[in-house]
Amino acid sequence: MIEPSAEKGSRIRALSVWFVLVAVSLAATFAAALSPLLQWRDLIYQLASFSGILALILLVVQPLLATNILPIPERFNARRVHRFLGLVLLGLVLVHVAALWVTSPPDVVDALLLVSPTPFSLWGVIAMWALIGAAAVVALRRLLTLRFSIWQKMHLGLTAIAVAGTIAHVLLIEGVMEQISKIALCVVAALAFFAGFRSRRKRI
Amino acid sequence: MNNPVLSRRHLLAAVGGVLVAGSSRLTVPAQAEGLAPTRTMRGGANNYRPGAPTVERIGGGGFTMTGRVRRAGDGKLLPGQRIQMWAHTTEGHERDAHSHGATLTDANGEFMMDMPQIVPAFGQAHGHLAYDSGEFKTVFLRPVMASSRDTSLHVEFVLEPA
Repeated sequence: MIEPSAEKGSRIRALSVWFVLVAVSLAATFAAALSPLLQWRDLIYQLASFSGILALILLVVQPLLATNILPIPERFNARRVHRFLGLVLLGLVLVHVAALWVTSPPDVVDALLLVSPTPFSLWGVIAMWALIGAAAVVALRRLLTLRFSIWQKMHLGLTAIAVAGTIAHVLLIEGVMEQISKIALCVVAALAFFAGFRSRRKRI
Repeated sequence: MNNPVLSRRHLLAAVGGVLVAGSSRLTVPAQAEGLAPTRTMRGGANNYRPGAPTVERIGGGGFTMTGRVRRAGDGKLLPGQRIQMWAHTTEGHERDAHSHGATLTDANGEFMMDMPQIVPAFGQAHGHLAYDSGEFKTVFLRPVMASSRDTSLHVEFVLEPA
């Protein structure tokens, strides 16, 4: 039986996680929407910028959702939501890369071939492949017939690379994101991953 | 004990010899190696459009791209060389034709182009320049601005004969 005070404590914790997530995400998104750089970017380039920011926000959500640190209403199946948002995240990354490709094909080709002059492109591509790998591990779970602990290590290892690569990618870029909210969102992404990793046995 | 191999006299002679050898290298006139040619930078040719028109200025101007063109080896200043440049600016993307323009170096091998303010694109505030006239080997540069608030950028071309 759960003590009333313990229940109250967990509700406060849940609310504060939700609050921090929403506050930091909205601050980063609105600050980016005010960027002067946007006026010199056409619609497709703006789409590339914001799909990247939304993907970063989902990267914060995913580990919290998978471990119930970010509780959602009971009528939703948290695991199904985690899986669905994983697909959305993958879609956002593909939109990000495709829209950048339309904006400047040679720069994206350089990045994908790992010969870009900018190190953040390399981190972005590493993160993208790690994310594709993490999603593939999920999609092929039955086919792989791995023990759960091994499968989980693979998924967590790949997502760790995706999170670390994304943070390096984001911090090195001079783009539409405002500096302080960008750093805050990156710190929250790292914390969310560590919190999720520590609670990996309390999986949904 | 007097060491016949490492006596003071030997040492002085050896040091002197090294100094003479070293300084004499510096005085050899017109070294064959001399000024090293500028290498094409990674990504320098991205969004390049061959044959950009020679223009007085690109768009409304406001940002100054300056540079100097010299010959590899002897460092001779090269007048009349055509340098092409393009960037993501307040007036257009790199791929847009109106973001491209070319100019010629003056009698001192220097060039200057008035162009719109460069703004960060693909994560860095950077410009693109090309020498592609054929007399010398083609070179593509992609200089990065120290700060995206800078209103000028200077580049050096050292060309080697094709």
